[in-house]
Amino acid sequence: MNLAEVIAIRKLIKDYGNLRAVDGIDLSIQKGEVYAFLGPNGAGKTTTVEILEGLRPRTSGEVEVLGLDPWKDNKKLIRQLGVIPQDFKFFDKITPKEAVAFYAGLFGKRADADAILKKVRLEDKASDRYETLSGGQKQKMGLALALVNEPAVLFLDEPTTGLDPQARRSIWEVIRSLRSEGRTVFLTTHYLEEAQLLADRVAIINHGKIVATGSPEDIIREHGRSEVLSLQAPPKLADYLRSKLDLPVRAEDHTVDVELNSNEDVLRVLTLVQQSGIPWTGVSTRQDTLEDVFIRLVGKTTESGDVGPASLGGAK
Amino acid sequence: MNPRRVYLNLGVFAKGYLRSRVGLFFALVFPVILILLFGAIFSNSSTTSVDVYVQNLDHNSPLSLQFLEALNSTKVVHLHFVSPSVGNLSKWLAANDQSDGLVIPAGFAAGYFNKTPVNLTVITNPQDATTSGIVYGAVDGVANYFNLQRANGTVILNVQQLSPPTLGGQSFQYIDYLVPGLIGFSVLTSPMFSMVNISSEYKKEKLFRQLSLTPLTKSEWLSSTIIWYIILTLVSTVIMVAVGQGAFGAKVTLSPLMLPFLVLGPILFTSLGLLAGSISKDPETAAVIGNIITFPMMFLSGTFFPVSLFPPWLVTVAHVLPLFYVIDGLNAAMLYGNVGTALFDMAVVGILALILFIASVRVFQWREN
Ligand SMILES: Nc1ncnc2c1ncn2[C@@H]1O[C@H](COP(=O)(O)OP(=O)(O)O)[C@@H](O)[C@H]1O
Ligand SMILES: [Mg+2]
Repeated sequence: MNLAEVIAIRKLIKDYGNLRAVDGIDLSIQKGEVYAFLGPNGAGKTTTVEILEGLRPRTSGEVEVLGLDPWKDNKKLIRQLGVIPQDFKFFDKITPKEAVAFYAGLFGKRADADAILKKVRLEDKASDRYETLSGGQKQKMGLALALVNEPAVLFLDEPTTGLDPQARRSIWEVIRSLRSEGRTVFLTTHYLEEAQLLADRVAIINHGKIVATGSPEDIIREHGRSEVLSLQAPPKLADYLRSKLDLPVRAEDHTVDVELNSNEDVLRVLTLVQQSGIPWTGVSTRQDTLEDVFIRLVGKTTESGDVGPASLGGAK
Repeated sequence: MNPRRVYLNLGVFAKGYLRSRVGLFFALVFPVILILLFGAIFSNSSTTSVDVYVQNLDHNSPLSLQFLEALNSTKVVHLHFVSPSVGNLSKWLAANDQSDGLVIPAGFAAGYFNKTPVNLTVITNPQDATTSGIVYGAVDGVANYFNLQRANGTVILNVQQLSPPTLGGQSFQYIDYLVPGLIGFSVLTSPMFSMVNISSEYKKEKLFRQLSLTPLTKSEWLSSTIIWYIILTLVSTVIMVAVGQGAFGAKVTLSPLMLPFLVLGPILFTSLGLLAGSISKDPETAAVIGNIITFPMMFLSGTFFPVSLFPPWLVTVAHVLPLFYVIDGLNAAMLYGNVGTALFDMAVVGILALILFIASVRVFQWREN
């Protein structure tokens, strides 16, 4: 264990009755990192985060946040945490400004409510009751409350789920500024774009297990396929190329994909295509995105109709 | 327990309450409406005549019959006759679920004519000041009339009360009981109904989770909530006393002896409401459990009618209900000035409040297990 380790999890297991929601997770998060937990609904993200926040007891395993046991030292730890729970809710009749002042008082901090609300871009709605705020404004209020005690560690559980692009962007901005202030951020999301844009490191979680971890580039390098050359051409081109090449070739719906090992392969393939005399209409190369990797690891596809830019499931 | 955090949470809780208006209506306006309503229904109607069981041990002497007829003509009592052969009238009344009786002693007529003192015995229910006052007053009035006739006012017929009311001759009207009863009603209902709702709603809406992410503790939260209901109770008590006195001339007094009940009562019922909400899985179940606890208490503790008017078995039931002791204590403080009764009731309410406070802090969970 090193001094900069802020969150340490070893062999964490959480059962709800017969259901194993978290199945032996290990991870270590360093001071100042933005760490994204990326996974489909029901993967175990919220359960893990709530265990780290001290809201839930664990079934087994070791968990330390800032050197404290979250369940046992809850009230001590809470002073150093900023949290937006999943589905953040607050008292209907209370305004953001009152809420920030309330939190500041509870934490014994001298907080400038206006400055905090300005930071999350909620200054216009500072004196409107919670019940009258839009979804994005409510979430910003949650973020403001999470900032009141100047926490060392922030847990943001799907902070942008269901928000419009503008609200999402202003929350991203705040997360970036938290990073530049040296705070540690543990973020869960099912939006790939969010993880890719914000996180220093990503863990992909599925069925309570971490299936890949590292920076987005690391994950693509490790779990992604190599570069692919894609041609619009009939399947018989695939047969021709297979007979001449030692590279993997796939054909599908008038598209022929060839996996490349090196740049020279591009020239070899195109030369063979020329020699075959089979007509083709288009050519392109592409690389696996985090989404390709995610789909392959998790076995789920992006659902249409979601508000998210690149989402992996419905809201929640 | 940090007083500053209790104060801060009280502020947020009070804002939520005052801005919602529904809670405020039930806490302050509703009891006033009840006083006006029940007061209007009962205060003007003349008291119906009280059943009085008469045992004439003077062998139906003409004078005794004359006396009873005079009593009957007052119309405030309705006489029934009990045979001398049944023996002790008090026992007979108890056995027959009746409370009021009159014994005309043997030698009534002889004593009257010889001007030797005669004791008429009136038996009443000490817990029911209204009817005992009526019966005593009627018999005493007729006896005085007879005394005047025979002896220029020298007391010959002496009315002796077998369970004399502790009222110093003052008699109380329905409205006088209604004010303490309805104060008790609001001590019960305003914290119970909102706590049952709040505790299950906060759980469902994850507001307890939100609070648990701050340094606020469960007992601080409950304390600030209780303080709020104490404030509401004090305000509504002053309003109800003012309405009772102003609109119906209720003979109630604001006494410092009331304070313990106005403080301990909200502690008791806020805790009980939280307990009921905490053991329920969802707001619907909570509402059912809350009603099961609240409704019997609401009607059987002396809120709308004095418990002394109940049949004995129901009186026994009332003695099991915590609200009975709040209202009994308020009656003792506001009507009778009976310190002994008030202190006893105070002790009962205090002990229950303490037990329920501790139990509810234990049972109610911020965090999920
Ligand atoms: N309180 C609970 N009781 C029982 N099962 C639960 C509870 N919370 C979550 N689960 C189950 O545990 C699994 C993980 O849920 P969760 O941690 O909320 O996933 P995520 O946040 O990744 O969507 C899901 O199958 C969910 O249904
Ligand atoms: Mg979740």
